[in-house]
Parts: sequence; structure tokens; C-alpha cells
Amino acid sequence: MAVEKMSIAKALNESLRLALDTDPKVLIMGEDVGKLGGVFRITDGLQKDFGEDRVIDTPLAESGIVGTAIGLALRGYRPVVEIQFDGFVFPAYDQIVTQLAKMHARALGKIKLPVVVRIPYGGGIGAVEHHSESPEALFAHVAGLKVVSPSNASDAYWMMQQAVQSDDPIIFFEPKRRYWDKAEVDTESIPGPLHNAVTVREGSDLTLVAYGPMVKVCLEAAAAAQEEGKSVEVLDLRSMSPIDFDAIQSSVEKTGRLVVVHEAPVFYGSGAEIAARITERSFYHLEAPVLRVGGYHVPYPPARLEDEYLPGLDRVLDAVDRSLAY
Amino acid sequence: MTVESTAAARKPRRASKRTSAAKKPQSSEPQLVQLLTPEGERVEHPDYSIDLSADELRGLYRDMVLTRRFDAEATALQRQGELGLWASLLGQEAAQIGSGRALRDDDYVFPTYREHGVAWCRGVDPTNLLGMFRGVNHGGWDPTANNFHLYTIVIGSQTLHATGYAMGVAKDGADSAVIAYFGDGASSQGDVAESFTFSAVYNAPVVFFCQNNQWAISEPTERQTRVPLYQRAQGFGFPGVRVDGNDVLACLAVTRSALERARRGEGPTLVEAFTYRMGAHTTSDDPTKYRADDERAAWEAKDPILRLRTYLEKEKLADEAFFTELETESETLGKRVREVVRAMPDPEPLSLFEHGYADGNSLVDEERAQFAAYQASFADSAEEGK
Ligand SMILES: Cc1ncc(C[n+]2csc(CCOP(=O)(O)OP(=O)(O)O)c2C)c(N)n1
Repeated sequence: MAVEKMSIAKALNESLRLALDTDPKVLIMGEDVGKLGGVFRITDGLQKDFGEDRVIDTPLAESGIVGTAIGLALRGYRPVVEIQFDGFVFPAYDQIVTQLAKMHARALGKIKLPVVVRIPYGGGIGAVEHHSESPEALFAHVAGLKVVSPSNASDAYWMMQQAVQSDDPIIFFEPKRRYWDKAEVDTESIPGPLHNAVTVREGSDLTLVAYGPMVKVCLEAAAAAQEEGKSVEVLDLRSMSPIDFDAIQSSVEKTGRLVVVHEAPVFYGSGAEIAARITERSFYHLEAPVLRVGGYHVPYPPARLEDEYLPGLDRVLDAVDRSLAY
Repeated sequence: MTVESTAAARKPRRASKRTSAAKKPQSSEPQLVQLLTPEGERVEHPDYSIDLSADELRGLYRDMVLTRRFDAEATALQRQGELGLWASLLGQEAAQIGSGRALRDDDYVFPTYREHGVAWCRGVDPTNLLGMFRGVNHGGWDPTANNFHLYTIVIGSQTLHATGYAMGVAKDGADSAVIAYFGDGASSQGDVAESFTFSAVYNAPVVFFCQNNQWAISEPTERQTRVPLYQRAQGFGFPGVRVDGNDVLACLAVTRSALERARRGEGPTLVEAFTYRMGAHTTSDDPTKYRADDERAAWEAKDPILRLRTYLEKEKLADEAFFTELETESETLGKRVREVVRAMPDPEPLSLFEHGYADGNSLVDEERAQFAAYQASFADSAEEGK
């Protein structure tokens, strides 16, 4: 066993290092990923150890980054590209949506596009515009892409390994405000499949479903609810596309209540998809309508207002209470 | 193809050689338009002559000093936790004041996020620039009041807005010009290339003002281009010129000439102001990870403010009283900025729901009402607790 306590940032760094080490076809590409090690230092030291041909500082052009990664993948490479912040993926959105997502299908499966697009996402770090958004639904809605987000260091380590090994394009959302949260990582025991949800806390009265940055909030909410005698189960979705509906269904059929929590706006968000499917699958088990907690239908606000915008403990507990009141 | 490159192509090369990133091109550095040397000597240029009164020269000096003072204050405020972030313009004062003072009131400016000196020239109260860096708003000034658009954080986007605006100016038959600011890093963005294409084919009255400060966060200009940036313009069909970005007189003369060209209906110009980012990219950045110490020292010798001061003193265009008064004015500005920022209130929670739409939106109304009720529930429970 090789168990080590590390931050999510460190786990990602170690995981990328392992990927570069084991497969000479793996490449890291992005703005400032070389000497600087990325603005969050996720690629720290990798260029020093693997060289400029493997860890590539790119021109400041996101469409160029993803577009050339597609070409490299067609030539047998496995590029892991970094988009510096969530709000800067949009210049590359065209390449991701019109090309990366569809090429495998257009070639009738004859070609594979093993590209990982890493995106630090979400708010809570007091940043300026375009540095705090949660655009996961925009990608999950596109067939051909897979969308995942770890919530802890162990998942960060292993999900990155699995993403790099996947032959499908993966949009890998990293919860930036959790980068420095530490947890134990067992670098030897391989966990379950990439797209499985995981029960991170058992409970019997209600199920909270979250992913990425909101898992921590939900665990805190469950602990607070416990003090009031409510038993809340927390599911870490880990994958927003595909979604492990079986796991949510079996939890809901045990607890009878479901609250979905994410930072992205509720309107047309992943909570809407989960609520609809679970209502269809488990209608007779539900004691209350599926509730959603998330952002509002407003542009992500300036930093001094983000605490009002982001779901915090109180808003999650409020939803728990409302669900239990039915 | 040159003889060497065909010969080289035939020779088998190590794979790593072929895939290696391109190194700095060997071409000699192109000529800069310069009117004031780093030593403070006035020199002439055949295409860009300028004749300024002592008053005007002192004005440019004052602009640069106050802009630098404002910038330093903002950096200090960030360090004290009053601002979440600051993008300093230290070293770029001449590029911004020179180009900014070339503008007419009816010209329209599209900045990036670092054009504090241009904002100053437009008469935007500098404290208005700080709201977005403090995190109380995403802009905070009326772009139409001074024809100074909101800052743009997504790299390169504004060059297209500038082009479209300029197309509108031309359609209106007006003789205003438009100026778009961007960095050397931004020159790699598709949007910038597209704005070059549009402005050229529609002959839009726009000046592209690239401040090549040598770095895009950690990436040097060689990571963005293999030819000097001003030469890009040629391939799109309009002129490009490289100016000493630390020479306020040259920046003024070159920008003025490009704006006049636009007004005459002769289309876009690319101005590359060759300058240097003396500080970090922003207060979040750590340039010691990627930049050699002596590089900054070399550029400090070309400081835009110092060279104009030397000239003013040598030519007796400003006396001691001018410099002392300016010192006092700087301190007053710094103090005012500090006070205004510290007093800047956090926005009201309900303002979250303002301005998302011009014509309103029923969903937003519903969410606002829910939010208000939720907020009120805390007030109620606080009452009950009494
Ligand atoms: C589309 C996009 N990608 C990435 C970023 C992150 N970013 C902010 S500034 C910057 C470097 C910009 O360099 P340059 O254009 O040379 O301007 P400078 O800041 O040096 O003036 C980067 C990569 C961004 N703001 N927008």
C-alpha cells in the first residue's frame, strides 16, 4: 500500500506525472503549463522532468489548443490540455462541440479521440469575471463528450488516470476552490469505474446528490442535519455525463427524498436532468418532489456577492427541511 | 524555400529536433519609431514629427506620473486585502498616455483590463476602475459617458467589438476613429485575426494598439509569434508600425497618424508599442518562476517617466516647483483612491438580480422573490430569537 496525504492539486500533479511516465504518447498542453506550472501549479515541475516536447506551452489561443490536440490525437497522441479558467473555454467551445465530440461517430468508430480537457471551474475564490463559472451542463448536453469532476484528492488522482486512459474525449472539471483540500490517496489500489457515483455518507431520511465543489458542502450539511436527528445520505456523482442514475435511484428508493446541489444555475442545469429521470424511475418511492439547490439565472456575480449566489450550508439545509416537510 | 531549408529537409533529423518548439527567430530587431531616447535626447523621425508646447510636454509627464501613482496605490490596496486582484501597468505608462492623448473626444476606446492610463486620458475617474478588482461589480462605469468601453478579460474579444463599432462609424459617415488595445499574447487569438480580416475588408476606421510588453503571464512573445508583431498587418492588407512603447512622444505621434489615416477613410493600422511589463502579470502572478532578474533591470534603464523628466529638466521646460507640486498632487490622488476604495460598500444582496436583462425576465422575477423571502426568513428568526 502506498497511502499518502495530499491536496487535490498535488494529486492531479502526481497523476499527470504518472501518465507522462507510463505512456510516451501522453502530452500536456496549455497556456503557462511549462515553467510556471500553470496558474494553479497543477503541472508544476512536469516540463522540467519531461521536457518541452511533452509539456507544451501553447500560444494564447484556446481554439488552437483544442484544435491541435484533436490533430495530435488523430496521429496517436493522448493530449491532456489545460484551459486556464472556466470562462476561457468558450473560444475552444466550437472545436470541442463541433469537432472533438463528433469525429468518432462521423468516422463510424474508425478513429478515437483520447483528449482530456482540464478546466478549473467554480467559484468561491473571490476572483474577477469569467474565473468562477460552472459550465458543465453546456458540455454534458453534447453527445460524444464525457464530463467528470472529482471532489477529493483520491478521486482526483484516480479519475485523471482513468480519463487519460479513456479513448473518449473527457471534459475534466477541477473544483478550483478545493485544490488545496487534503485527503489520503492510495496510489496502488485502483478504485471503481470513472462514471460510478459513490456514497460518501450513509443516511436513511434523504439523499443529497452533488459533485465537485459542492460535495464538501453537502457533507457538512449532512453532519449538521444529524445534530437535529435527521439522517442524510450524500452521493458524490463524480460524473455528469454519463450519470450513474442506478446509484441515485437505489439511494432514493431507500430514503424517499432527493435534493440535488450544484453551483451552476438551476435553470436547465444537471439537477433538472436528475430530477426528471428520478421522478420517472422512482415516482412511487418519492415522498417529496425532487428539489434543486444551485445558482440563479444571473451572470455569475462580482466576488463580494458570490456568497449569496453559491449554495452554502444554510441553503442546502433549508432544502433538506423543505423536503422533509412534505 | 531557401537552399538551406531544402538541404536541411533532406537530412534525417532526430525526432525531438523536428518537434521541438521553435526558438527565437534570428532576424535582427526591427527599427522602432523613437522621438525621445532613453537618455532623454530629442531625435527626429522622417515620418513622425511632433511639435509640442512646454505645457503639453509637462501635461504628458503629469499624466504618466499620476497614472503610475494610481497604479502603485492599487497594488498596495491589493496587498492590504482591499482589492481581490490588480493588473498593474507599471512600465507601460508612455504607451498608454501617448496613445490616449492622441484620441479625440468622439473616438471610442476598447481596452483590455490593463488600460488604466488610457482611462485616465478619457477622464474616467480612476476609482471607477477599482470596483471590478475589488469584486463589487463587473465594470462600474458608463462606457458611453467617456467613450471608454468596459474592460474585457477574455483575451482578444474586444478587437472584434472595436472593428464592428468602427464599421458602424463608417456607415454613419462620421469621421471618428476607434482604437482597440490588446497584448502580445492576445495576438494569437482567433478573434484578433478575425478582427484584422474584417477591418481590412470593410476598411474600418480602427487602430489596433498592441502593447507588446514581452510577456503573456509566463510566456514570452516568441511563444506567440515568429515575426515581429507589427509585420502581421501586412498579410491582412494594412500597415503596421513598431513604436518605442516607452517613448510617450513617439506613441503620441504614431497613434495620431494612425487615427488620422482611419479618419481619412484609409482603414486600419496596427501599432505595436514595444514596451515592458515591469511588475508581475497581476498580483496573483509570480514572475520569479519564469523571468530572469536582469531583464527588468535592463528595461528600467528605458523607463518612460525618467526619460521625459530628463528632457524636461535639460531643456528647462519645467522648474522645481512643477515637480514638487506634482508630488503633492500624486499624494492627494493616492489618498483619495485609498479612501474611496475603503469606503466602497458591498453590493446589496438583491442586486444579484439586477441588469441580467434589459426587458426583464419572468424566471428572474420568480427567483428574486424566492431569494427575498429566503433572506427575510433569517431576519424573522433573528427577531424571534430576541
Ligand atoms: C481567452 C482567455 N484565455 C486565457 C486568459 C487568461 N489570461 C489572462 S491575461 C493572460 C495573458 C495575456 O497576455 P497579453 O495578451 O500579452 O497581455 P498582457 O496581460 O501581457 O498585457 C492570460 C493567459 C484569458 N483572460 N482569456
